[in-house]
Order: sequence, then C-alpha cells, then structure tokens
Amino acid sequence: MKAHRVAFAVMVAALLVAPLAVYPVFLMKVMCFALFASAFNLLIGYGGLLSFGHAMFLGTAGYASAHAAKVWGFPPEFAILFGTACAAALGLVTGLLAIRRQGIYFAMITLALAQMIFFFYLQAPFTHGEDGIQGVPRGTLFALFDLNNIWAMYAVVFVVFVGGFLLIYRTIHSPFGQVLKAIRENEPRAISLGYDTARYKLQAYVLSATLAGVAGATKAIVFQLASLTDAHWSMSGEVVLMTLLGGLGTIFGPAAGALVIVSMENYLAQLGAWVTITQGVIFVICVLAFRRGLVGELARLLRKPL
Amino acid sequence: MSEIFGIPVQAFMGQLLIGLINGSFYALLSLGLAVIFGLLNIINFTHGAQYMMGAFCAYLLLNKIGIGYWPALVIAPVIVGVTGVVIERTMLKRLYSLDHLYGLLLTFGLALIIQGLFRNEYGTSGQPYAMPEALSGGRNLGFMFPPNYRAWVIAFSLVVCLATWFTIERTKLGSYLRAATENPVLVQAFGINVPRMITLTYGFGVALAALAGVMAGPIYQVSPQMGADLIIVVFAVVVIGGMGSIMGSIVTGFSLGVVEGLTKVFYPEASNTVIFVIMAIVLLFKPAGLFGKER
Repeated sequence: MKAHRVAFAVMVAALLVAPLAVYPVFLMKVMCFALFASAFNLLIGYGGLLSFGHAMFLGTAGYASAHAAKVWGFPPEFAILFGTACAAALGLVTGLLAIRRQGIYFAMITLALAQMIFFFYLQAPFTHGEDGIQGVPRGTLFALFDLNNIWAMYAVVFVVFVGGFLLIYRTIHSPFGQVLKAIRENEPRAISLGYDTARYKLQAYVLSATLAGVAGATKAIVFQLASLTDAHWSMSGEVVLMTLLGGLGTIFGPAAGALVIVSMENYLAQLGAWVTITQGVIFVICVLAFRRGLVGELARLLRKPL
Repeated sequence: MSEIFGIPVQAFMGQLLIGLINGSFYALLSLGLAVIFGLLNIINFTHGAQYMMGAFCAYLLLNKIGIGYWPALVIAPVIVGVTGVVIERTMLKRLYSLDHLYGLLLTFGLALIIQGLFRNEYGTSGQPYAMPEALSGGRNLGFMFPPNYRAWVIAFSLVVCLATWFTIERTKLGSYLRAATENPVLVQAFGINVPRMITLTYGFGVALAALAGVMAGPIYQVSPQMGADLIIVVFAVVVIGGMGSIMGSIVTGFSLGVVEGLTKVFYPEASNTVIFVIMAIVLLFKPAGLFGKER
C-alpha cells in the first residue's frame, strides 16, 4: 500500500505546514469535520449503510463534553472521553433499532431517530436551547498544556485527527473490515458463510458513532461552543455531502470533501441561502455525473487505490 | 360532560381536530411517497419541498394573477406535477440501474436547492394565505365548534386518499401499476409503456404532495421551510406503516396525526417526539412496519 503511505505523508506534512499560512482555527474545523466524515464513510463506504442521522452523534458528544467541561469542571481529556462515551452509548441504542431494516429504510430510520434527539436537545434545559452551551473552558490538558494557547490546541486536534484516521484505516484493512465489505457486496452470501451480519453491522455502526463522537467532542472544546446546529438534520446532510464529494469508500476522500465543503461555507457564509443551494447543486452533480468523487477520480487517473 | 380524563372537552376536541388535520397531511404525503417508492424504488426526499411548492404556487396564483383557492386546488398540483415529470425525465431516470440510495441523495440535493431558492426570494417568515370565503366561519356541533375550512380539509383529503386507493387497487390502470411494481420487465413485454407509466406515477405522487400544500396554505403560513421538518415526520410515518399497502399508509397517517394531537393534550413536552418514539417501538416488535411485508 505504497500509494496510501505517500498520500498519508502528504496529508500529515500539509497539516504541519499549513498553519503557517492558514488561520489555525479554520484548519482545526476542517480536521474535526474530516474525522467526522471519515467515521461516516466507515459505515457507508465499507458497510454500505447510509446513515442520515450522524449529526446526532456529533451533537450529543458536543453537548456532553461541553457540559462536562463547563458545569462539572472536567479537564479537556476527560470531557472529550465523556462526550465520546455518550455518543457510543447513543450509537448502541439507535444502532440496535436501525440495523433491523436495510437500505433506504435504514436511512429514514436514522434520520427520524436523529430528529427525535434534536427535539430532545431543543427542549432539555441543560443545552440552553437556541443559545447552546457557550464559553466552554478549553482547560489544561493532563494538567500540563494550557489549551488556550492556540498551538497546543492545534497539536491536540492534530493528534486526535491523525489517531482517529489511523484507527479507521486499520479497521478497514483488518479481517473485520473485510467482512464488512463482504456484507456490503452480498449480505445473503456473507450469512451463508456463517457470519453474524447483524452483529458486524452493529459493531461498525457503534464504531462510526464513537468516532463521530470524538470529532464532536473535540470540536466543542476547540470552539468552546455546543449548539443545536451540530445536531440538526442539515448537519447529517452535510457529512453525507462531504463524503460523497470526496469519494464514497475511499480512504482520503472524506477528508478532502470536508476541506472543500468547509472552505466553501467559509467563503459563501455571507450569502445566506446560497450555501444551501450550492450544497444542493453539488449533491445533484455528484450523483448524476461524479459518483466516484474527487479522490475516487484521482485514484482512477493514477490507477492506485486511495 | 365537560371533561375527558380531567381535560376540558373543548381542549380535547380542539387537539383531536388538529390531529386529524395533521393526519390528513401525513396520509396524503406518505401515500405519495408509497406510490412513488412502489414503482421507482426511490424515496422522494424532495416531497417536503414539493409540498411547499404547492402552497407557494397557490399563494402566487392568488397574489400575482388573482386566481383563487378553488382553481388553485387543481392548477397548483398540475404545475408542480409537471416539474416533477421534468425532474424524473432529466435526472431520476438516469439512476434506476444504480443503488437506490443515489435516488435518495439526488432528491435530497434537489430539496436543498428548491428550499434555498424560495428562501432567497421570500425570506424565512411565513406569508398568510386567505381562507376561501365559502369556508370561513364554523359550525356549532354542540360539543365543539370546528371551523368549516378544517372540516373540509379532513373530508377532502379522505376522499382523495380513498380515490387513490380505489384507482390503484380496483381499476385496470391500477392493475398495470401493481403489476409493474412486481415485475416491470414482464409488464413491458406485454406491450405496456412502463417508462411512461413511471414518469406519470412520479408526477402523480408529486401532485399529491402539492395538493396537500395548497390545503395547508390557509391553516399554516406559506413559508419556504414548511416542508423541511414535516418530511422527516412523514418518513417516520412511512416506517411505522410499512410501504407494502396503500390503505396502510392512509390509516397510519390519520391515526398518527390523532395520536400526536392527543399527546399535545396529555403530555405536551412529548408532542414533537411521540411519532419517533412509536417508530422505535414498532421497529422493536415488527420491523417491517404495521402493514408492511419484509422484502
């Protein structure tokens, strides 16, 4: 997998050099979404399950870690762990329900469950409704590194992202990942070979939810904010878009898609509804003419898997 | 009798009525989704946006050309139905050989575009749509006082739903449709133009959504976002009912509307989420849905 190593080295080098030229907070946002999209891609790209409710994990982890850091005074490492654990637990519960149906139904069920969670956060007092949890302290990591220092924060997000990315890479190339791909390609055959496909799908779902939770919890600490936006269905749509644009089932695609979409939103932010329209147009173009996505097309040109 | 389970009868009946109204819209929308899914195998995410387009169409007909509610009830669904036909011919058609999920993604993108364009033009605030004069006022039934317009919406949706059911289950045309749902290739071999039937079916399902939109105009305000959250609830309704039967969609739609309305009386905090909770419970015990068949 030489191509993977080279691409990975390029990505890491870019992330190390980029903050000299680009606003670090923007890069941290990109990394959080890149991890979120990669986690989502684990499910759709390798398990063939389209979740239309992944925002619930991003939002839940964000709220949990923000609440833990601000109200309970958790240090950042435990706040992030706590947020992640909450997302994993939610993943287990919703996963048990959602994997009962396939394909399109799976998408509708995850969307409906996420909407339910959204309404819960809208009404629950601890989320402060439309205001969100603001002014979350970044705190001091391991009681050593003050995260109010932008470079310390950047380093943490970098480590979290690269760690999550490598974990996903390892999962995809493990026997577990192979079984997932087999289920995606032909579930009846996987069953006939003796695999308990429901259990594999549930494990993939929970893993994806957990990693989405890591992204959400980290994001809440970085931006010192947990808000309803992260739990809204449009966020679920956004992560689908990032992955689709970057390339479903490619390793580097979701990260590339996240970079493009987050940049686009940054530049178009003043234009209001045009962001939504542009997203819609990208969806339509990707589905009709560009189903391999950016990285998928690149991989085809280079004739190497990326 | 002035109380039911400790709730004033007026409030109870009022919410029951609102529930039935919402149920009418759930039924019309999930019916359209079910018809489209049956033949195209696509979940039409644009459905909510098309419902909104129906309402806006009626609003524009009234305010730009002066065409009132009654003609709009026919014209708006036809216009929106035609846009549906165009979408099917130019885009959806290309996706039939692919994974069904691409249809979902495409229609989601289209919904974003349509809602964004309307939001650019009309902002997020709602526009009022005047009630037709013939239906203003109400009728005193002794125990409650339902506004005429709301009674009309419930009655008319019921008629439309039942007519659709009759057409699909009891007529020659419907039998072609059902046959094509089972096996399109075979039906085509018998000389029936299946691609045209698919196009028209999509147009019809979309027109149903637009019709619901026209009827919703005078009750809720006409706004670009009116279909965005609604469609998610309708998805849950579809999951609960299962898409196997037309009658199932109608019954589930109406009854879930009522359940939601009654939840507003007894436990208002849960009224937003009750349908999703029911969905979770149904998934636990009958994953294929109440009327669905496992496929």
